[in-house]
Amino acid sequence: MTHTTRRALLAAAPALIAAPALAQNQGQARLVVVGGGFGGASAARFARMTYPWLEVTLIEPKTRFVTCPYGNLVLAGKRRLEQISHGYDGLRARGVNVVHDWVAGIDPAARSLRLRGGASLTYDRLILSPGIALRWDALPGYDEAAAEIFPHAWVPGEGAQTTLLRRQIEAMPEGGVVGLAIPDNPFRCPPGPYERISMIAAHLKRHNPRAKILAFDAKNAFSKQGLFQDAWAELYPGMIEWVPASQDGRITRMDPGAREFESEFGTRHKVDVGNVIPPQSAARIAIEAGLTNASGWVPVDPLTFEARQAPSIHVIGDANVAPPMPKSGYVANSTAKQAVASVAALLRGEAPPPAPVYFNTCYSHVGEDYGISVVGVFRPNADGSGFVETPQSGGVSPRGNHPEQRRLEALYADAWYASITRDMFG
Amino acid sequence: MPSLRRLTLALPLLLAMPALAQPAANGPLLAQACLGCHGPGAAGQDGVPAIAGRPAPELVAQMTQFRANERPGTIMGRIARGYTPEEITAVAAYLAQAR
Repeated sequence: MTHTTRRALLAAAPALIAAPALAQNQGQARLVVVGGGFGGASAARFARMTYPWLEVTLIEPKTRFVTCPYGNLVLAGKRRLEQISHGYDGLRARGVNVVHDWVAGIDPAARSLRLRGGASLTYDRLILSPGIALRWDALPGYDEAAAEIFPHAWVPGEGAQTTLLRRQIEAMPEGGVVGLAIPDNPFRCPPGPYERISMIAAHLKRHNPRAKILAFDAKNAFSKQGLFQDAWAELYPGMIEWVPASQDGRITRMDPGAREFESEFGTRHKVDVGNVIPPQSAARIAIEAGLTNASGWVPVDPLTFEARQAPSIHVIGDANVAPPMPKSGYVANSTAKQAVASVAALLRGEAPPPAPVYFNTCYSHVGEDYGISVVGVFRPNADGSGFVETPQSGGVSPRGNHPEQRRLEALYADAWYASITRDMFG
Repeated sequence: MPSLRRLTLALPLLLAMPALAQPAANGPLLAQACLGCHGPGAAGQDGVPAIAGRPAPELVAQMTQFRANERPGTIMGRIARGYTPEEITAVAAYLAQAR
């Protein structure tokens, strides 16, 4: 039976009850996963390992995936870019058909998508894990050319942005100023900017101890704030100034030529190195497929991760909007598995797995042998309209003097990185 | 090894075992959450202990102690309090037979 025939049959049978016979007795069902990061790679691997009857195609433009997590350690010189880059041979060995191309368009009615390279393929179920887009229209003066002067280093791509920022920090004059512009919620990796401040400070403390870090924030509070600020005072006294929105910390205009950030109330700040983390949205493919709402993110069913706008398309990872869950690698990995289990159940004509629990732990390195964390355990809420954090659980590491806990959390952070990347690519 | 680690090794199993809750149905899926730190197959990773193949009552006892703040740890207390006794029993049953 050709794929086309099977697809036509599936489309012709509105009740998915037709699917089990097709999926299990007459060959495989086709799952296409778009995006090979924390969500997509986890989904493709889990699908092949758990549901061998699924034929899995992963579409990802890059041949190497550079993780956002641990990019801040590259900035500090504690990791090399190669150490946070991963290839797709492990997934190929598990039987995933990996296609390095861009998706040019999706036709949900026909359950097909076109690739820029010219090929088109059909699917029975589609999982999109496309990540984020930087909103180049959100900060006047900050466009792709400006990012060559003030790097964002927030979407690693091949790693050029991270390398650029690293070089700028290394080359900064003695006693210079590193400026960061940090966006309002929601954005990818809520503790990421503050881990970045910490890792830049760790580098400067050794190599440029009179330098300063000015962190301008569009918010008045941030993830693990107390823990970060305690650590900054302890490890990097006098080096870091965090400027919240209430103290004119919201940067609204960039002047990369003059190396200046301009605030909401018109104050101009001269910086030697500028790291601009711009406001974000779901990646372009999700917008073009009509899956996003007015916020620029994709609302999803909290049980299956089907997009509210297109139930045959499951959207996982940073592109969806799922508060109070953070846009994190662990959430992408955890929700990928429920999305895949839902795909398998729906293709068999069964109900999606009930009562899921979604899991997050985000570690941050703030100094040598000094790690902190936030844990979250989430579920669909009672009426299925969204997500809820499990009461009396999760939360951040204890504040105060806990050197052994900090040391172990730094160790466990490294174990997390090794473990989860094996769960994606191994 | 550090003191915290020695403590966690010394404590278990001497304490009374709680009655096992009725397991939730979705143990295998719930257990997937462990793998991001405890390694593929929950076989351990760089100082994070292996939990696959451990007896289910031992795992339940440890999680129950973490849940009640009666067992020292870094993040496991915060995690254990996010799961019901039924879910913990189901995850333990799955991990116990996963080798």
